[in-house]
Amino acid sequence: MDAHTIIITVANSIGVLARVSGLLSSRGYNIESIIGAPTENPDIYKIHLVIPGTAEQIEQVTKQLNKLIDTVKVVDISHARNYIVREYLLIKVKAEKRSEIFELMGVFKAKAVDITRSHITFDLSGPPLKIARFIELLKPYGIKEYVRTGNVAISED
Amino acid sequence: MPDRARQVGARVSGAEILVDALRKEGVTLLFGYPGGMVISIFDVLNRCDDINLVLTRHEQAAIHAADGYARATGKVGVCLVTSGPGATNTITGIATAKLDSIPLVVISGQVRTTVLGSDAFQETDMVGLTRPICKHNYLVQSIEDLPASLKNAFHIARTGRPGPVSVDLPVDVAEATLKDYSYPTSVHLPGYSPTLKGNHRQVVRLSQAIGEANRPLICAGGGVISSEAGAELVAFMEKTNIPAVVTLMGLGVVPSDHPLFLGMPGMHGCASANFALAECDLLIGMGTRFDDRVTSRPDSFAKNARIAHIDIDPSEIGKNVKADIPVVGDVKSVLSDLIALVRPKSAGEWVGRTLKWKEGNRVEFDQAECPEILPQFVIRSIARLVKSDAVVVTDVGQHQMWSALHLDHGRPRSFISSGGLGTMGFGLPAAMGAALGSPERPVVCISGDGSIQMNIQELATCAINRIPVRIVVLNNSYLGLVRQWQELFWDKNYAKTCLRQGPDCPKRCSGPGPDCPEKYLPDLVKVAQANGVEAWRAEKPGEVESVLRRGLECPGPVLMEFMVRRLENVFPMVPSGKPITEIITRGA
Repeated sequence: MDAHTIIITVANSIGVLARVSGLLSSRGYNIESIIGAPTENPDIYKIHLVIPGTAEQIEQVTKQLNKLIDTVKVVDISHARNYIVREYLLIKVKAEKRSEIFELMGVFKAKAVDITRSHITFDLSGPPLKIARFIELLKPYGIKEYVRTGNVAISED
Repeated sequence: MPDRARQVGARVSGAEILVDALRKEGVTLLFGYPGGMVISIFDVLNRCDDINLVLTRHEQAAIHAADGYARATGKVGVCLVTSGPGATNTITGIATAKLDSIPLVVISGQVRTTVLGSDAFQETDMVGLTRPICKHNYLVQSIEDLPASLKNAFHIARTGRPGPVSVDLPVDVAEATLKDYSYPTSVHLPGYSPTLKGNHRQVVRLSQAIGEANRPLICAGGGVISSEAGAELVAFMEKTNIPAVVTLMGLGVVPSDHPLFLGMPGMHGCASANFALAECDLLIGMGTRFDDRVTSRPDSFAKNARIAHIDIDPSEIGKNVKADIPVVGDVKSVLSDLIALVRPKSAGEWVGRTLKWKEGNRVEFDQAECPEILPQFVIRSIARLVKSDAVVVTDVGQHQMWSALHLDHGRPRSFISSGGLGTMGFGLPAAMGAALGSPERPVVCISGDGSIQMNIQELATCAINRIPVRIVVLNNSYLGLVRQWQELFWDKNYAKTCLRQGPDCPKRCSGPGPDCPEKYLPDLVKVAQANGVEAWRAEKPGEVESVLRRGLECPGPVLMEFMVRRLENVFPMVPSGKPITEIITRGA
């Protein structure tokens, strides 16, 4: 059960995000993350989806998504090498061991966006693995809260 | 209206655009029910002579009628209802059409766009409600979008794998006007272009597999009817001598007297069909989705076979049963390519075996030995007495399975039944649609006493509009198919399946006895008569033939009620979840 990142190119029509998420939930799939946003082409909207599943399940998901009338293209990029994948993270940690935390921040090139007496909030964007590692390494210092966007990706030229 | 539409620069209302679209799409008949949000559309419809709307007594009947019309004719069925309850009453019908891949366009009124989302009077989120049960849907938010939405709706409904499309039309859009209207001549749907022609390499692989197979078998489904490929299928079977099983949805694509026809497979399928599925070494699925009522257990289904799957919907291939040779395409087109590629084969030992199994199918009922009317006997009598071009429409339950098993299926679009959703109440309105859609063919609606009551208000619709439906009700006073499961698997606890049971009956009842309430309520003959429908009842086997003759010969509508043996079961039967070879062929 790997997490698959799927890019769905759809017509920019009303309710298209609901069509995609509704289809997935009605067929019993769990969405890990979903992002929809307009693109350079006003008629086209792109949805990035992270969804866990076996190869067979993902094949069925892809087919079902393709069946939507609004769908123009579905690509599972999980095993493609020619894609740049990024995720964005905002994370709030306890500010007790500031120097250690700032050292980590430097290594990961994260940015402190809010500092109070008790907490520091960082933002970080990068490949999903880097985001996951940063979270992992901050855990011992006491994470109060974090939010992440889920993956977005673009093909290399 | 068209005169106004033709004037350059004239302004045309949304309602007029809708009616013009119906005309351009070839719609001459639709079914519906008026209401506050669609008055303007009904107003325009009522002023034109070339499109007729049949007023049903319930929106659910309107959509089933449109569905029956579509199944009998192959055209798109159209239904027009108001917002809110009018729209929600079509939901069961939309789901029914979706699961059986029937082309429908469902037009519902909606509250004005300025109050959308405010829980206005008779507002309901039709796009949200229908999303998982339709092929596509539109909420038309401006009159500029209306012509293309309607054009797309018809195109999507009838092309590729057919299905229902919902168009939700706010009242202010229907009443707004548009300058320089013309109905689009083409569609612009960048993501939608169904694959019709099968991939050549896969078709060649399939023809090679056919050459190598010793025990090939076809499983044909409703997709063969949708693609009008019955003739190609029979030609292919005869060239290669490959026998076929035909699912409930496909019945009629191979004439049931054809030597290579092995019957319907699955839970209530014939032994010959189920044994052939278990023994074949190549199974070619055509326009079928290998539903669980056919496969029972996918892991033990056709386990000795390589599986080829031809379907226009790529998502069906590999969904329920893994395919070794997938062919995405229209069955008719793929069959034409296949016929050209395959070498003729003579009937060998395999066909001989299937013929032996077929002899074992011989139906096990003996009316001569039984003082009560046997339902199978009624069905067989109908088969004997109706014209060969008749359309039979069924409801859902035991009578449906007996009809599938005991009727002669001579041609496509002659057996109409809710397969996927199993919608009780489908029969009578669908029969109305079939009768109006193909007036040259006699239409018989076979129903049960449970199902008929689910849309019985349509008797009046039939009478008033002189819709020539011949209704046959097999009355066993039970919800028979559920009662049969209770008998076989639930210790005969006939919980709420007896339609005679009243407060004086024991709560836990295991079957009819001398203390049973004598009267069946309602008196269906009187109900029919009160609705202006002629009706007769047969209570003894000797009356069956005369009642049927009278009913089938009169112009209709007519209702014939047969009081049948109450505890009769549908056999063969494969218990749910068992391999389809574990078939029970007769009662204990």
